[in-house]
Amino acid sequence: MTASSLTGRSGARIESRNLKAQLRRTERRRKLEAAALVAPLLIFLAVFFLAPIVGMLIRSVENSELPTTMPETAAALRQWDGIDLPPEPVFASFARELAAGQRDRTLAGVAKRLTYEVPNMRSVLFATARGLPETPNGTWRDTLTARDKTWGDPATWAVMRRAAAPVTPLYMLASVDREMDASGSIVKVASDRAIYIDIFIRTFWMAAVVTVWCLVLGYPLAFKLASLPPRVSNLLMILVLLPFWTSILVRTGAWVVLLQREGPINEALQWVGLISEPLQLVYNRVGVYVAMIHILLPFMVLPLYSVMRGISPAYMRAATSLGATPFTAFRRVYLPQTIPGVGAGCLLVFILGVGYYITPALVGGAGDQMVSYFVAFFTNQTINWGMAAALGSVLLIATLLLYWVYARLVGIDRMRMG
Amino acid sequence: MTQTDTSRSAGASAPDSPHVEFKDVRKTYDGETLVVKNLNLQIRRGEFLTLLGPSGSGKTTSLMMLAGFEVPTSGDIRLAGRSIAGLPPHKRDIGMVFQNYALFPHMTVAENLAFPLSVRKMPKAEIEDRVGKALRMVHLEKFDARRPAELSGGQQQRVALARALVFDPQLVLMDEPLGALDKQLREHMQLEIKHIHESLGVTVVYVTHDQTEALTMSDRIAVFNHGVIQQIDVPDRLYQQPCNSFVANFIGENNRLKGVVRDVAGGKCRVDLTNGETVLATAVAVGQAGETTTLSVRPERIVLDAAGVGRDNRLNARVLERIYLGDHLRLRLAVADSDDFMVKVPFADDAQVFQAGHAVSVCWAAEDCRALDPV
Repeated sequence: MTASSLTGRSGARIESRNLKAQLRRTERRRKLEAAALVAPLLIFLAVFFLAPIVGMLIRSVENSELPTTMPETAAALRQWDGIDLPPEPVFASFARELAAGQRDRTLAGVAKRLTYEVPNMRSVLFATARGLPETPNGTWRDTLTARDKTWGDPATWAVMRRAAAPVTPLYMLASVDREMDASGSIVKVASDRAIYIDIFIRTFWMAAVVTVWCLVLGYPLAFKLASLPPRVSNLLMILVLLPFWTSILVRTGAWVVLLQREGPINEALQWVGLISEPLQLVYNRVGVYVAMIHILLPFMVLPLYSVMRGISPAYMRAATSLGATPFTAFRRVYLPQTIPGVGAGCLLVFILGVGYYITPALVGGAGDQMVSYFVAFFTNQTINWGMAAALGSVLLIATLLLYWVYARLVGIDRMRMG
Repeated sequence: MTQTDTSRSAGASAPDSPHVEFKDVRKTYDGETLVVKNLNLQIRRGEFLTLLGPSGSGKTTSLMMLAGFEVPTSGDIRLAGRSIAGLPPHKRDIGMVFQNYALFPHMTVAENLAFPLSVRKMPKAEIEDRVGKALRMVHLEKFDARRPAELSGGQQQRVALARALVFDPQLVLMDEPLGALDKQLREHMQLEIKHIHESLGVTVVYVTHDQTEALTMSDRIAVFNHGVIQQIDVPDRLYQQPCNSFVANFIGENNRLKGVVRDVAGGKCRVDLTNGETVLATAVAVGQAGETTTLSVRPERIVLDAAGVGRDNRLNARVLERIYLGDHLRLRLAVADSDDFMVKVPFADDAQVFQAGHAVSVCWAAEDCRALDPV
């Protein structure tokens, strides 16, 4: 009896060790399977989503033009304390590398970088480089200053020193209308050049207006859809999603046709007699709002619908049976339960709206362009990628902040995207 | 004061008038079939009335019309003597417990209970007082700060009950409130609801398809089928004296035997069974001689063999199955045309003799056998 129970117990211990090993084996298989299923998307996201964003963030503070073309000058400038003019060795290495750059035709990058801070630096740089003597006439400082008096100005060398730093706040500052003065402190740019703050305000304002309109139009629609029998609501849902089936370019183009001075909307309004002169509906803010609301509405309706579908009609009935008027029942029982959908919809529409480019570009006037327009402008027209990246980064940071606020107010775990 | 109090006093002035009255109420959803056909029903003040029936029998629709969520196609519903046809649900002052409780998920238990009071614009102190009382009534004092999702099914059920009662409604409707609970909890809650009803004296209209629940709790039961009340009666009469085959089958266990009426005399009738045997039964819903009928006998009214000496009826039977149930024995017998004729045998020393295949005789009194409409 005793013996058998003893062997039984040790047998159980061995059994349990085997069991643990087995569990580990099966668990490991399961984890590997899960990882293998997730891996393709994870790799895709890392390569095509995360890497470009990181690249953009880096490019918004990148300052490699001077250090790569004139490494010795850059190193020497970094040693310099920045007071008055730099010592002679700096001038010497600058002159040497300037001549080498002229010979190898590598000065364009440096010239462009310096122009961002001092507009005429390009011509100064090239004029100085052209025909620069092998040896100095006295000191290099005097030689260079004699060729162009800009080199005798401490402000020039302050700019040079900033251009020699490994990273620069130049673009980030510029995208919020700030710059560094000669002494290195941050100041507002002259009011005639200060445009980006206004553009950011305009961008967020336009996105907010579009979001509010989408909510106002989408909430009742989603409410109706959610209360219909599934067969009907599915059909209507397809109609809501129909805009997704056409290209955004075609949809925007169609709005231009509809809203133009001789377009069907103006003609109809005139025919009815509501207006005598055609209204200006396109190439202004109205056109941008109309087209953006149309395109973004499904992003509001989908999360709202999905949340509302999950709210049992019994809640409203219960509320009215407890004595609440239909309005009170809606306000105190229904509306609070749709907040996750409202939050998700607004967040989605706002974030998408903030990044709109094609629609304002096609339907809007000069005063209706959003930040993305300037990102495109700096990327394609002036090839100032630092500036484009900085504007993009500010937009990204603002969006993340907004997301954080939403997470604090509503809670991410309660968000439903549809 | 509140609406509740005025209607209370109005009702008190005419204590004998029915609290709730359905008058020729009809309801159709599609204009073709009537879900409720000519419903006439009077509910006394303080009564616990159960609407019992299979799904689709019109019981829930009737309840929803009373609550105001459905509109009668024709007819009138009167509450405390006045028509409530044009009254929206929120003005009816009727408490309601829903099938899945419908507790507001974004509010705590206390907020749920305070809701009906706050929409009535009660002062804060009174709300707190009443919520506390209601929570004590359902033994959930410590759960006031919880969300409904953090409660068990039974606790949610109690909150729903407390919420429907907290504003002192004159009438409380319950739509299968115990359907989602397990058997043991359901039985416990049945008693609890019954006790609350007794202590508060409110009128309760309760909808269920569970006949045990109906028998346990109700003062009266209205059995619904095909939109018509088949029988409305106190539980024991409903069980012992069903007026038709549907009620006999729906409530409790029932043995059915097909037969043809030979003659009817003095409330009794003789019925020829399909195998040639004859039974003396109470004539309830039979036509003239020669018409078919269905006999109904409750399993516990049947005695076997020697114990049945002197009863009106004795039929031959054969044991098909013997089911041991601890406190009693159930036998499935073949009797006349039926081969699922159930008999309950209380334990006796001779219980061993009833084995499958044995021939026995089944006996019952004519009063315990009711000749009903043929099915």
